[in-house]
Amino acid sequence: MPDGASALQLVFGGDPALYAIVGLSLYVSVSAVALAALVALPWGAFLALTHFPGRTFIVVLINAFMGLPPVVVGLAVYLLLSRSGPLGSLGILFTPKAMILAQALLVMPIIAALTRQTIEDLWAEYREELTALRVTPARRVATLLWDARFSLTTTLLAGFGRAAAEVGTVMIVGGNIDGFTRTMTTAIALETSKGDLPLAMGLGLVLIVLIVGVNALAWGARRIGEVRAG
Amino acid sequence: MRAPITDLPLAFEDASLRARGVEIVSNLDLKIVSGAPTVLLGPNGSGKSTLLRLAMGLIRPTSGRVTWGGRAIPDERLAMVFQRPVMLRRSAAANVAYALERRDEQRVRALLDRVGLAALAQRPARRLSGGEQQRLALARALARDPEILFLDEPTASLDPAATKAVEDIVQAVAASGVKIVMATHDIGQARRLAGDVVFLARGRLIERAGAAQFFPSPATSEAAAFLRGDLVI
Ligand SMILES: Nc1ncnc2c1ncn2[C@@H]1O[C@H](COP(=O)(O)OP(=O)(O)OP(=O)(O)O)[C@@H](O)[C@H]1O
Ligand SMILES: [Mg+2]
Repeated sequence: MPDGASALQLVFGGDPALYAIVGLSLYVSVSAVALAALVALPWGAFLALTHFPGRTFIVVLINAFMGLPPVVVGLAVYLLLSRSGPLGSLGILFTPKAMILAQALLVMPIIAALTRQTIEDLWAEYREELTALRVTPARRVATLLWDARFSLTTTLLAGFGRAAAEVGTVMIVGGNIDGFTRTMTTAIALETSKGDLPLAMGLGLVLIVLIVGVNALAWGARRIGEVRAG
Repeated sequence: MRAPITDLPLAFEDASLRARGVEIVSNLDLKIVSGAPTVLLGPNGSGKSTLLRLAMGLIRPTSGRVTWGGRAIPDERLAMVFQRPVMLRRSAAANVAYALERRDEQRVRALLDRVGLAALAQRPARRLSGGEQQRLALARALARDPEILFLDEPTASLDPAATKAVEDIVQAVAASGVKIVMATHDIGQARRLAGDVVFLARGRLIERAGAAQFFPSPATSEAAAFLRGDLVI
């Protein structure tokens, strides 16, 4: 299988084009998860700890948004950022910034929903004890986020997995421009259709290793948490 | 100098608690004043833990009132050791430090030492045994330097030596002027520690008396039966 052999050659031979693509993918997905976490962690914690009219509706909506089709998110961000769109003046369509924004929106519901669930469960367990310790509301949130740190790490890694593996949003808002907005997934789609199977396979290999690695990390984080903090 | 705020006397005035149509505490009239420990005695399900939750201000009565020093809201200086204490996901020492207002490692060490857990300071609190967790919860409650300390069966899962140690701590804390309100169904323990006794059954106050009177000659047949070890329902 000459294709397979040359795929391995690309991966281990340090093909610069391949590594540029991998680098960009990582940069985009890690930034997207960080951006999403900035909004979704406090928002999830807030939803877990408050009751207001319409809360249930929001919770259900966020849960439903976990399954949003990436192409639809891509389309929405495209419309937002296109020249005539509300954020068109930013001029970031077809740049990595647009891809980061789109992926962040894609994983935000996942992080928010899992954070809400985690914090809500922990709060049910901690409520009386923290109330008896007369802990202030701000410290309460900090305590819950800290004590849920291992579960929340898993949540962030799950978000990263979804961001790194999706192709629809980055294809639409990034445009798959060679050397600029081409990620692993969009490159695989393109190279496969062009018939350049070694590059597609090489990238596929790297992507799989990354996803497996992230999942191993998620599992490890949880195990370490259980052993260290009980 | 401002007169210090006190949460005593702690008063229940015709307080009832109803949950899902069931009355858990009924028309409770009770005044707890400073002095030797007040012990809540009563069989399982008689409402001891619920009374402590009301006294701690964790829940509000559905009718009647609970007041602290005449006020409807308690001051900060109440602490409680729950029947099943919750340990934060940190070390034993960090659990104690958490309850302190300021970082004070010496104080943390002294408190852990006091409950006999100095050697386990760096262990994750959730990995401690049930009895160790209960003692850690006591250290954490003491860290708050309370005026009133509520204890919900603080020796329920302790071995005899640890029970003795905790009873000694309770006595020392009480002697230092902290008001202790403790639930137990261990009659021997109640005899050893109580200044006065509140005897509950089915969510009602059945008898209230000084320990010197209650144990030798209880006034109600239910309390007498409970002290004899008969089944009280
Ligand atoms: N939130 C609640 N909803 C419904 N019933 C409750 C609730 N909390 C307590 N109860 C009931 O109220 C009664 C008193 O409970 P409580 O825990 O105060 O008893 P206790 O005297 O502390 O018992 P034990 O000695 O077993 O600790 C029990 O029958 C219990 O099932
Ligand atoms: Mg109880």
